[in-house]
Amino acid sequence: MGIRIIKPGLSDSFQDCGRYGFQHLGIPPGGVMDEVAATVANALLGNASKEPVLEMHFPAATILFETSMMMSLAGADFGAQINGVDVAMHQAILVPAKAELRFIKHKKGARVYLAVEEGFKIDEWLGSYSTSVVVNRGGFCGRNLKKNDFIAFNNPEDLEIDTLTHLPWIASVGEFYTNNMIRFIAGNEYPVLEKISQKTINTKSFIISKQSSRMGYHLEGQALLLSEKMECLSSAVNFGTIQLLPNAQLIVLMADHQTTGGYPRVGHVATTSLPTLAQASVGDSIRFELETIEAAEANYLQQQQNLQQLVNACNFRLQEYFRNE
Amino acid sequence: MLQAATYQIYPIGDQAITLDYGGFMSDRVNQQIMQLFHALKEWQIDGILDIIPAYHSISIVYELKKIKKQIGNQSAYNYLEKQLRHAAANLLEQRVETGREMVIPVCYDLSLAPDLAELAAMHKMSIDEVIDVHCAVKYRVYMIGFLPGFAYMGKVADSIATERKSTPRLKVPAGSVGIAGNQTGIYPFESPGGWQLIAQTPVSLFDAEKEPPTYLQPGDIVSFKPIGLEEFHDLKNNKI
Repeated sequence: MGIRIIKPGLSDSFQDCGRYGFQHLGIPPGGVMDEVAATVANALLGNASKEPVLEMHFPAATILFETSMMMSLAGADFGAQINGVDVAMHQAILVPAKAELRFIKHKKGARVYLAVEEGFKIDEWLGSYSTSVVVNRGGFCGRNLKKNDFIAFNNPEDLEIDTLTHLPWIASVGEFYTNNMIRFIAGNEYPVLEKISQKTINTKSFIISKQSSRMGYHLEGQALLLSEKMECLSSAVNFGTIQLLPNAQLIVLMADHQTTGGYPRVGHVATTSLPTLAQASVGDSIRFELETIEAAEANYLQQQQNLQQLVNACNFRLQEYFRNE
Repeated sequence: MLQAATYQIYPIGDQAITLDYGGFMSDRVNQQIMQLFHALKEWQIDGILDIIPAYHSISIVYELKKIKKQIGNQSAYNYLEKQLRHAAANLLEQRVETGREMVIPVCYDLSLAPDLAELAAMHKMSIDEVIDVHCAVKYRVYMIGFLPGFAYMGKVADSIATERKSTPRLKVPAGSVGIAGNQTGIYPFESPGGWQLIAQTPVSLFDAEKEPPTYLQPGDIVSFKPIGLEEFHDLKNNKI
C-alpha cells in the first residue's frame, strides 16, 4: 500500500511544518517552502495541516500508485497527468491502483505538493518528518527520493477505486498569492543602507538567480551599498531574512537556511509573502514593499483566518461527499 | 556581579525577535547571553519555538497566533519586547552560570592538519609553538551555527589568529579543527569550508541518535588535549 518512484525528479523530499526547538544547536528547522500550499493539499483530504507532504520541483518525479488512494496536488502547476489524463490542482482526486502520476510541463510556480489521505509512513527525527539532507534524518531515509523508492501509506485500507475521479470542488487559493510583490519589514541594518539603495529596494525589481535553492534565493539587481563599513558577528537568521552580500547583491534565506549568519540584514520577508516567494522560479522578477511589524502581524492573522476558513470548507465538503455517497 | 549593558531589540521577521548587546567577541557579554538563554527557557509563554543564543545576541522564534491568544490587543512583538527588557533587567540579580568543562582530544599530525605548517610559517613560529598556544587556552562555546553542532569557540590568542583562507575548500573532513580570526571550531560533518585547518579530532561532534545530538552546547568551556596519530586512529576506530 503505497507509491513507487518510477523516475526521480530534480529534488523530491518530504517536508512538514518544520523542526523547531533545536536551532540553538545549529539544527535548521527546514520544512515546506510554501506553507499555504501544503496546508491546502492536506485540507482537501481532511488531513491535519502538519501532516508531511511530498515537495517536488520541476522536473518532478514520476510516481506509481501501487494501490488506490485519495490524493491532492497544490502549489505549482507542472501539468500533472494520471495515466495520460490531465488532473486538476487543488482538488481531491480518487486514484485507482497501478495509476501513474507524471508532470509534463512547467506551467506556473516553483514547487508542487503531493498529499495522500492520512499521509505517508516516513521517519520522524526530533519531532519533525522534514527531510534533513545534511544530517541524513527525517522524511524518507533522510534524503531526496531515488528511483524505485517505495513509500508506504499510513492508511492500510484498499480504497478499491476503479476509475480516476475528481471530487467536485476546487479550493480557491488565489487570494494567498500576490503577483510578484513581496512585503518585508526593515532589518536592523536597513537604516545603514545608503538612501539611494533604500529607494532601489522599494522601487526596482530583482531577478531570482540560478543559484537559488531551498537554502536561499540569490537575487540579481542594481548594486546596493551601505553608508558605512560594517562587520557583524554572527547571530540568528530566519526564513525570509534578506541579507546584503559582499558583492552588493541580496540573498533571501529560505526554509533550509543555516541557523546563524553574519551579513547585514536589510530586511525580513513577511510570512504572508513567503508562499508567493516560494512559488517564484529562477528567472522570475520580484519587487519589494516595506511594511511595519504591526501591519505584518495584522496581515498574517488575517491570512491565517482566511486559510482556516478554506480548511473548514474543505473538511465540510469532504464529509458531505462521503455521507451522500 | 555582572554590569548592566545597553542593548537593542529588533525583529528578525514577523515571528522572531532579537535582543542584541552589540560589540565584539566578549566572554562577559556571552555569559550574559547564556544567562538570558536559561532565564528565557523558564518562560511560561505558549508559542515559543526556538531560543537561539549567539555571540552577543539572543533570538526568539515564536508562533504569532499562539502569542496573540495570550495577550489581547497589543502586538506580539511589543509584548515580547517588554518581556525581554524585563528579563535583561533581572539578570543582575542572578548568579553567573558556568558551562560544562569539556576536554577534546585533537591530533595535530600534519597528515590531518593541511594548513598548520603554513600558518606557523606565517606567524614565524614553529609548529610546536602553534600547538602549545592553541592548547593553552580554555575556549568558550559562544554559539552553535553554520552546521548542526558546529561550535564557534574563542578566543584564539592573537599570536596564532589567522584570517579564513581566501578560497574555501570544497571538502573539509568531519572532525577538522580550524581557525578563523580569533575563533576556533570543529566541523561536525564533511562540508565546504574556509577555516585554516590545524588539527583533527576523533570525537564525533554530532550523533543524530543521541539526545541532544550535538557533543557541544552553547556556553561549554572547551580545552584541547593533543594526541598522537596512533591514539587518534585508536579512538576513531573505537568510536568513543
